[in-house]
Amino acid sequence: MKRILWFLPLIVAVVIGGFALWGLVADRDPSGIPSVLIGQPAPVIALDPVPELGTPGLSTADLTAGGQPVLVNFFASWCVPCKAEHAVLTRLTREHGVTLYGVNYKDKAEDARRWLNDLGNPYSRIGWDISGRAGIEWGISGVPETFVIRGDGVVVYRYVGPIVGADAQKKVLSALREAGLEEPAS
Amino acid sequence: MIPELGHLALALALAVALVQSTLPLLGAARGNLAWMRSGQTAALVQLVLVATAFGALMWSFVVSDFSVQNVAANSHSMKPMIYKIAGTWGSHEGSLLLWVLILTIFGGGVALFGANIPDALRARTLSVQGWISVGFLSFLLFTSNPFARLANPPLDGNDMNPLLQDIGLALHPPFLYLGYVGFSIVFSFAVAALIEGRVDPAWARWVRPWTLAAWTFLTGGIVLGSWWAYYELGWGGWWFWDPVENVSFMPWLVGTALLHSAIVVEKRDAFKSWTILLSILTFSLSLLGTFVVRSGVLTSVHAFATDPARGIYILLLLGIAIIGSFALFAWRAPAMEGGGLYRPVSRESALLINNLLLATGAATVLFGTLYPLGLEAVTGEKISVGPPYYNAAFVPVMLPMVILAGIGPFLSWKRADLGGVLDRLKLVAGVSLVAGIAVWAVTTEGSILAALSILAAVFLLLATIQEWAWRIKLGRAPLSESLRRARNLPRSAWGMSLAHLGLAVCIFGFVGSTIWKSEVVAFAEPGSTVEVAGFALTFRGSERVQGPNYEAIRGILDVTRDGQPVTTLYPERRTYTFARSQTTESAIRSTVLGDLYTSIREPADENIRNKWTLRVVYEPLVRFIWSGAALMILGGLLSLSDRRLRVGAPARDRRRGMAAAPAE
Repeated sequence: MKRILWFLPLIVAVVIGGFALWGLVADRDPSGIPSVLIGQPAPVIALDPVPELGTPGLSTADLTAGGQPVLVNFFASWCVPCKAEHAVLTRLTREHGVTLYGVNYKDKAEDARRWLNDLGNPYSRIGWDISGRAGIEWGISGVPETFVIRGDGVVVYRYVGPIVGADAQKKVLSALREAGLEEPAS
Repeated sequence: MIPELGHLALALALAVALVQSTLPLLGAARGNLAWMRSGQTAALVQLVLVATAFGALMWSFVVSDFSVQNVAANSHSMKPMIYKIAGTWGSHEGSLLLWVLILTIFGGGVALFGANIPDALRARTLSVQGWISVGFLSFLLFTSNPFARLANPPLDGNDMNPLLQDIGLALHPPFLYLGYVGFSIVFSFAVAALIEGRVDPAWARWVRPWTLAAWTFLTGGIVLGSWWAYYELGWGGWWFWDPVENVSFMPWLVGTALLHSAIVVEKRDAFKSWTILLSILTFSLSLLGTFVVRSGVLTSVHAFATDPARGIYILLLLGIAIIGSFALFAWRAPAMEGGGLYRPVSRESALLINNLLLATGAATVLFGTLYPLGLEAVTGEKISVGPPYYNAAFVPVMLPMVILAGIGPFLSWKRADLGGVLDRLKLVAGVSLVAGIAVWAVTTEGSILAALSILAAVFLLLATIQEWAWRIKLGRAPLSESLRRARNLPRSAWGMSLAHLGLAVCIFGFVGSTIWKSEVVAFAEPGSTVEVAGFALTFRGSERVQGPNYEAIRGILDVTRDGQPVTTLYPERRTYTFARSQTTESAIRSTVLGDLYTSIREPADENIRNKWTLRVVYEPLVRFIWSGAALMILGGLLSLSDRRLRVGAPARDRRRGMAAAPAE
């Protein structure tokens, strides 16, 4: 027994080394932060429509109205990556029948209108978050950010950054399918 | 041409290190004196070669040779000269070269100043130092060549991360490394002793100055880093329990324990295997620090750009060094105990408890630092461990240690009269108790931990002064007699008193700036006023300032107190043109009682054009942290200059070796 004591430092070092090795080789992102919202009901949201746009505003009740999963996308006209993912979001609504709601984040109404007129408007509802209040409630770190909300209003997935590239699209789409997305037969 | 010369020097240094790591060791095993002494030549040649390489890299930075990849990525022709020089160690490759340079400096130091160390021990120590050199030189050459050239050199460089363009942080790495890497020589001594299978008071006396030097530098390095974070990061904190800070703090804690346990080996011939273990642990934790900072296993605000391949290489080095030395320890150390006997109440016991507390403290920090990694590996859950954990786990362990540091110097070796000592300390204990209760009553939060900390600090402060006064017979003998005694007091005794005082002073700073801090973050428009801790700060407006490689917006804050003007503060927000990033330059009004700390940020976006984010913090006693640390460093330096360490250790056969060879 006494003999084992002398090996204690060695054993501790090996254990720590094992964890360190795991930390290096495992496929992980140490700075990735999971959203605390996952598994929680979506935060309360009550946003007016963007003035003179014609698309209705967004409130908490809308998230659960259809019983289907919805995609909530934070975007802004001043955000270049949002432009990049715009085509992807459009395709998701057209080809996969996804219900897409937008939150127009800290944007001027006329800029947002011009942006949507130029690129097309895939959003069935858009809330105008001029103060950034909803952004705080939802804990976003910037735009774009996208949330998958299940039919019962629970947040099941969060994607930070633009949904660009096959990998990102697959992640978002599979989260939507898990949440019970009914895709139109094609 | 010059960079290639540096590269060549580095490659030659690796060859020399290979010789140094084998030949002296073989010589020591066979009793071949010439082979043993080859270690000294090798260590010095290696030092010259690595210094040449370092000089070559520094030269490339000074003349802004952008054909060198490292310079192009980390420098800019418009950068002030001092930061061009500091750029040498501003990147992963450069700082690793500095690491190796310091490693060879300590090796060369033993080769030059270790004339009184027996040949065999010196040869083995230098060989072990050679192993470490081989590991890190090959790491440098094979994965992180600092001299890599660019085929198409850019016209100008990318500039260095502006947060690092600061005098505090220019000096922080050299000092920190002198500490970190300085412990390598202590590690080498320990491994050499394990190979030899012998530890005795003479060994401890050779090791002590190196430990002390490394400890002093490490203290300086940590404090510079903390000071930098305080005034540069713009939120007025001086310690964040960030993984990278923790990995520098752990070697300090264990190194402090080592400093004290080596005394027991030297004076009483006890605690041998424990001291060896601490020597290995201290350097292992330094290596762990190098690994954490450069591999990106843990998230931190100031890790280097990370690369898993490099991480694997360092982990491999770490594995060989740490597991190898611990295995050697498990094999050889059990035969080492014995030596001086002592009673439960004695200075030995006090130092033992102090050691255990420091080691426990280091273990709590280690646990807190690695827990997120372990938890993620086991459950996949991601968390971060913050100040609440450390306040609850680390601080309570340290408080008894602080009290003990006050009592310890009164206890005599072998057996002490605890009743007598406590009797002498009852006044001090009473005063500190009153101070603790007073703090508890005054603090609205009623934090018991803060009150206990103040109690412990007051106790340490007064007990240290009383011990010093008792030694020089202050008040019991004529003043001239006391002064004479003070003059004749060994410098190591002065060193101890100053370092202990420094710790007490630091604690006042820690507690004061934490619990009595008042902070206001406000949106300010020109003309608006913010009030903090009796000061009124009026935001007069802003002006543009042009620096050598940045533009700044400078806020002007008029500070008044009770209507009387106090000062005007100019916090800045700098935008570095070439590095395309921003830094905060806080403006601080410092007094002994506390710092008025201000920083400013420009309006976040256009909708709130005139809303400047103004952060004003009043931090009582924060200066005490830096002055306390300065006292500790001064104590370390004084102790290092002690005559006992300069005149050399006694020869192993216990004759008094009076050869005037400097041990440092």
